[in-house]
Amino acid sequence: MKVVLRNPKRELDVAAPPNVDELLRRLDVVPESVLVIRNDELVTRDARLHDDDVVEIRPVVSGGANP
Amino acid sequence: MKCRRCRAPAIIELRRHNAGFCAECFVHHCREQVRRAIDEFEMIAPGERVLVAVSGGKDSLGLWHLLRTLDIDADGLYVGLGIGEYSDRSAEFARRFARDHGWPLHEIDLPGEFGFDVPDGSRAAKRAPCSACGLSKRHLFDDAARTRGYDALATGHNLDDEAAVLFGNVLRWETGYLGRQHPVLPATDGFVRKVKPLIRLGERELAAYCVVQGIDYIVEECPMALGNRHLGYKEALNAIEERSPGSKAAFVFGFFERVHEHFASETADERAALVPCRECGAPTPGDVCAFCRLQARATGRTIPVRVVEHAETA
Repeated sequence: MKVVLRNPKRELDVAAPPNVDELLRRLDVVPESVLVIRNDELVTRDARLHDDDVVEIRPVVSGGANP
Repeated sequence: MKCRRCRAPAIIELRRHNAGFCAECFVHHCREQVRRAIDEFEMIAPGERVLVAVSGGKDSLGLWHLLRTLDIDADGLYVGLGIGEYSDRSAEFARRFARDHGWPLHEIDLPGEFGFDVPDGSRAAKRAPCSACGLSKRHLFDDAARTRGYDALATGHNLDDEAAVLFGNVLRWETGYLGRQHPVLPATDGFVRKVKPLIRLGERELAAYCVVQGIDYIVEECPMALGNRHLGYKEALNAIEERSPGSKAAFVFGFFERVHEHFASETADERAALVPCRECGAPTPGDVCAFCRLQARATGRTIPVRVVEHAETA
């Protein structure tokens, strides 16, 4: 499956883990700090993954002084 | 996972609420949280005009969209900060969003109208970039809301922002800042009311709201913010939240409900003592406001020394 990471934008090809929770654990990503978008749709941590999926892990933490 | 409200498949899990939501019910949840914050803290009265501070990011565009869908008369204001390509791109997101919805967007260009950008201001004043940026934005948003006749200025500060700021203020016992940290700062001479309608939503909820509603926002982080202290606080708080869901909300709302009032009188005294800046007229504790001093340093302009004439004594 293809994993799209941001800031900076890059792509990884990995064997699909059983679900989103396991993917985040393998990538050492804190779930509270990201959204997971599979094939253009938001998914929860228990969503199952397959080798033909494209999964974006989108960070949600912004650090500047907000307006 | 199923949606808590309708039992359809969930698209997002909110562990703080021990709930999952489908797209439709999630939008309902976001609107409900913003409406509840507005009502609970008396942020915006019916019929009032609101100016939304817009950056092109998820929080400000999500806020503008939520206020409009709650039938609140909200216009946007974008401030160009001159942070290279990042500012150009964030402006495109703000303009496209405003154009697509047909909602009015005011613009102020810091380099074009005031002769300096955030990197200049940061270097000249020897302040961290986020400090020079925040100072400039607060001044320009306050001034625009007041001079353009809005009743309130709404900013996109969310639960995570407030938790991180509170964490930093408590670590250093910044009592003045603690007194000012509240979802509403009432209007005073020279300031319109400032409100934070996203206080009950986390930044993950705002990002999800934008994805669900098809709101295209700038995902890239501001290059000047990378590695700043605020981000470190958020990382620490997210690690705590992961182990103990609801910690951030308990921290922030516990502060508002049980602690804030102990520091508020100090802030009220500070605000009552403000006088108009002799350069621009904005409220300031001194003779010249911090923004005018920053601009003078960044542009090499000299602020004339004030001559105080003393009456001759007999």
